Amino acid sequence: MSESTKPLLTARYGIAEGWKLANAEPAGAYAVARDALTSRKPSELKEEVKKANIRGRGGAGFPAGVKWGFLNPKEGEQNYLVINADESEPGTFKDRSIMDLDPHRLIEGAIISCYAIGAPVAYIYVRGELAFSINRLEEAIAEARKAGYLGERPFGVDLGHPIEVYVHSGAGAYICGEETALLNSLEGRRGEPRLKPPFPAVKGVFGMPTIVNNVETIASVPDIIEMGGDAWSSLSRLPGDGGIRIYGVSGHVKNPGLFEAPVGLTMRELIDDYAGGMLGDRPLKAVIPGGSSTPVLDPRRKVDAPAEDHPLHKWHGMSEIDVPMGVDTYRALGTMLGTCCAIVMDDTINMVEACRNLMRFYKHESCGQCTPCREGTGWLVDVLDNLVHGRGKTEDVDLLVNIANNMMGNTICAFADGTAMPLLGMVQKFREEFMEAAVDGVPDGVRHDDSVRSIVEGAA
Amino acid sequence: MAFSLSPERERQVDEILTRYPERRAALLPVLWLCQRQNGWISPEVVEYVAERLQLSTAIVTGVVTFYTMFFDQPVGENVVWVCRTLSCDLRGGKAIQDRLEKKLGCTAGHTSSDGKFTLLKAECLAACGQAPMIQINDYYYENLDVETLDRIIDAHATRGGDAAAAEFSTFARFGSPAEGAHAPKGSAPPPPTEEAVRLASQPPPAAEAPNAGGDES
Repeated sequence: MSESTKPLLTARYGIAEGWKLANAEPAGAYAVARDALTSRKPSELKEEVKKANIRGRGGAGFPAGVKWGFLNPKEGEQNYLVINADESEPGTFKDRSIMDLDPHRLIEGAIISCYAIGAPVAYIYVRGELAFSINRLEEAIAEARKAGYLGERPFGVDLGHPIEVYVHSGAGAYICGEETALLNSLEGRRGEPRLKPPFPAVKGVFGMPTIVNNVETIASVPDIIEMGGDAWSSLSRLPGDGGIRIYGVSGHVKNPGLFEAPVGLTMRELIDDYAGGMLGDRPLKAVIPGGSSTPVLDPRRKVDAPAEDHPLHKWHGMSEIDVPMGVDTYRALGTMLGTCCAIVMDDTINMVEACRNLMRFYKHESCGQCTPCREGTGWLVDVLDNLVHGRGKTEDVDLLVNIANNMMGNTICAFADGTAMPLLGMVQKFREEFMEAAVDGVPDGVRHDDSVRSIVEGAA
Repeated sequence: MAFSLSPERERQVDEILTRYPERRAALLPVLWLCQRQNGWISPEVVEYVAERLQLSTAIVTGVVTFYTMFFDQPVGENVVWVCRTLSCDLRGGKAIQDRLEKKLGCTAGHTSSDGKFTLLKAECLAACGQAPMIQINDYYYENLDVETLDRIIDAHATRGGDAAAAEFSTFARFGSPAEGAHAPKGSAPPPPTEEAVRLASQPPPAAEAPNAGGDES
């Protein structure tokens, strides 16, 4: 278990105007892509990505190398690469930094990936709100094209197919981060998720085999190819979950922001050593580890893994926040690593109110296709509103659990699960607070928002 | 009156169509071009887009109404989105919304009486480390306190969006471990120093503290 000695993914963030080719290239941009396209075979590159054990950085944590292996185009089919830059998961703000500060790293990753999987086109689907990032990317793509790194013969090499990278702007819909909703949106449709199977690798955008990867995943590819998959993987502290990644911290810490570090930091390290500790040195009450869909961690709770073959046995008896942050370790802990961007909450926060805030988000963002999700998200908010405003009853707490359980697994996509899981986690771990609210409501000063208004109210 | 795009934007439509194997895929990009020109997606815009891309108006309307950022009613000269999702609310999102409502004289979901600002509540805008934040038109304004917020709104009202953005808008930034925090044993060294934060500044202001005034708990 070696540790990273210098920043990789974020190495060019500090360069003055590092988003311009003239500044990024002397610092190494496109050297790996040039070498890969001129002297390496696609199969070798795919093998390196597989060896890197890079778990998808968009939240699901699926091994990217394995995903690439699912492509098996039939006669007459064309592969596509789609890069998911619809960063919208509450608490998550890492991909935006790559697009704003080092867009050429993403484009270089896209070029190498397109070559490796035999895709002539990569679409970068960016959420519509990020107009600034979209402009940055467009300018960087134009520079790369002018330099001959994109187009018919990238780097002057005849690959048998061109490599083009296009930016496609969304228009405000969290659900478009779900990969099949994203594909529908890219095709000019409402962003409603598709039934799977067929999976995108078989039938994706325009009915063709498609790989959908997160921005950070693709931006990691140049480092993986340069170092070799094994070496990059061993930067991690955990087995089977390789490399370094960008951690984010928001909420009640002294120094919120983004930090590059090896996979497998503990939440305690992230908060205390990277984010400067708690704001005002108040006690940590709870932390949502990787975006709002991941069940909350409670530092009071101890890992219960007495059996020696339990994946978390090494941390038996320690606080939940002392378990290394990995896709598999967090799953074993009953939560998810998600996007690895934590929302930290101190003891001033009422958990019912925090829960209501997030459930309002899900109510607003449900695409409405499946009844359990469309109705369930609204119902959850209604019940939470009642609890907060002192109109609730103690049975409502179990009603929340009941609604959430009836949403889980009963819909086309994972949105309903992503709503139900954090709610169930909050109710389970902070049940006493929900019971108190059922009796007394939530006091005025503790509520975030006394006047619940919908953004669709009135004009626009 | 029938709607049509400017000749320059028409050329952009032609270029956009080359990016996709299917014409329909150009729908979102073309709607964006139209909204940038017209301010909102009027029924005339829907008809224009339907004809240009050979789709039915029902299909175009269905797409327009699905996405939050396509306006199917007129909006003010500037659209202000205030983020009220959890990370911003933990750092004072409600205070920012309250101040905006007072300053603009309208509640969220409405347009100020002079037509200059439409105030809308937004769900998470992916700037959680710089909370609380708002978006005005294309630009993000982060690490806000109410005084800065006032100055930003005043700058928009008096000097226009571009000048306000040049002075106050921010793009993604990268933190470094807090000063004085002991480096975790054997882990990565501090990432690069704070990156430039102002859009137009050359060089970035040296004394910019990432959380100045942010401690409001």
